[in-house]
Amino acid sequence: MRLDKHEEDMLNGKYGEGVSLAMKVLVGIGETFEAERLVDITRAHVSSSSQDADIWFAEKMANMGTVCRIPPTLNPNFDFQYVDDHLFETPSEGKGMIIATNEAYKKLGAIPILCCTPYFEQNVPGFGEIVAFSESNATAYVNSVIGARTNRESAQSALCAAITGKVPEYGLLLEENRRGEVLVEVEADIEDDFDYQLLGWCYPLKHDGFEVPVFTGLKRKPTLEALMNFGTQLNTTGVVPLYHIVGITPEAPTLKAAFGGKDVKARVTITREDIEKTRSDFLRKPGKIDFAMLGCPHLTISQIASIARLLDGKRAAVPILLLTNSLTKELAQRMGFLSVIQRAGGHIIPGTCVDIPSCWKYFSGKTGVTDSPRCAYYNEVLDITFNIRPIEQCIKSAILGELIE
Amino acid sequence: MNKAKECTFKCKKISGGKAEGPLLISKDRVCFYLADPESGKITEKDHDLEGKSVAGKVVVMPSGKGSSVVQADGLYKLSKFNNSPKALIVREADTVLVATAIVLEIPMVFKVEEDFYQKIVEGNCVILDADAGLITLKVDGA
Repeated sequence: MRLDKHEEDMLNGKYGEGVSLAMKVLVGIGETFEAERLVDITRAHVSSSSQDADIWFAEKMANMGTVCRIPPTLNPNFDFQYVDDHLFETPSEGKGMIIATNEAYKKLGAIPILCCTPYFEQNVPGFGEIVAFSESNATAYVNSVIGARTNRESAQSALCAAITGKVPEYGLLLEENRRGEVLVEVEADIEDDFDYQLLGWCYPLKHDGFEVPVFTGLKRKPTLEALMNFGTQLNTTGVVPLYHIVGITPEAPTLKAAFGGKDVKARVTITREDIEKTRSDFLRKPGKIDFAMLGCPHLTISQIASIARLLDGKRAAVPILLLTNSLTKELAQRMGFLSVIQRAGGHIIPGTCVDIPSCWKYFSGKTGVTDSPRCAYYNEVLDITFNIRPIEQCIKSAILGELIE
Repeated sequence: MNKAKECTFKCKKISGGKAEGPLLISKDRVCFYLADPESGKITEKDHDLEGKSVAGKVVVMPSGKGSSVVQADGLYKLSKFNNSPKALIVREADTVLVATAIVLEIPMVFKVEEDFYQKIVEGNCVILDADAGLITLKVDGA
């Protein structure tokens, strides 16, 4: 890999230890993937997890006096003040980790939007823009739905990119690697947002590979929420930082354009049976439930509106936890949804992620309902059993205190 | 008389360093987050390595998997309990695992000569020199 004089200086410590360490990581990645050079980025998003390695690395960088050249937006963590006031006492270990995370990233000059869907409002790249986005659902969305260019960064590699303002040029930054490779023919009827959760979960289980898939046979135009769900689940069971949907996503106006002259390496069919099997696998423990948790990724205002309609004038038997960013919570308040939800026993918790094990221990051993397979998957570490059902069914189940079919 | 036979294979460095240890072979991609840091055992249900410990092993696997933060947190927790793998050998490199290995200074290689995969048996001892791009396999035999 060739570095220019400025980049050599960064690597050799002229701009401080932190910049040098960040360059070492980027050069290591570049050499692995045979990048010829580094290129500038204009945006970054860091999937700070507020867990062990994340805190360790962010503190290490902050303690070296490092400040990001491209201030990155940040993933959610945990609003312990809200949770302490309304739900349960956050374990002190968890609280300490959140405080340490916030402090370290503040020193690094990051922008704490505390949201995992920055691409909707607060950090929105344009078509063709070169960025470094970690948080696998965000990576998939900005590449596939917007047509911006990022590799599937880790929290640490995205932070290194934000610190230096650079990324190695390889993979999805290059035109030839963005073309379709696998033709996915969807025979099943994919109708609503939840069907996209099922399809996203299903595809990597049928085809295990890093190739770019091209989806055909989706008859209905997906909503933004459907696309958010889709990319999230594709990256829970698999590694799919870029996909195309013919006639929907910008780099796939036609089947021919999606493959750009490349051969179809493999063909995969998603049948009605595949989808129905996934749907029934997602029913884990019928009967009584202890809580409902929605918002992985963060709920949009239109999802919150539909939840408020379901809860209007009702009283839930178990707590309903709705996770989103603070802007959306503010909107929900202005639009009257927050009052409706709170009167029904629901909570809108801002800036919070479902996957902060040190904080969510309260629900260990309990049974919940969620609309997100990813929420269910990562909470296996806490021994929380989640039934995975569409939003409407989640809310109706929470009103009853029991899973409805 | 038993004597150990040695075979050497070329590979390509991802994360530098040297390591020596027994092989643990996974057919499935590995997410180190779904492991118990205190025992080193993989806890993911129905995984090829479910119930097996990665502690002190040179793990051979197709690639990593999982979202952008969990690999680093998983491996970091394992290393805090001295239960992290000694080195990683992968078929395909994914950026998340590559960055994690470099940051946590775990030796990692890929593009190993195909012969290696034909010869290895779980528990075989290897010496991995990522910087030199070499894996030495010790095979017990008459």
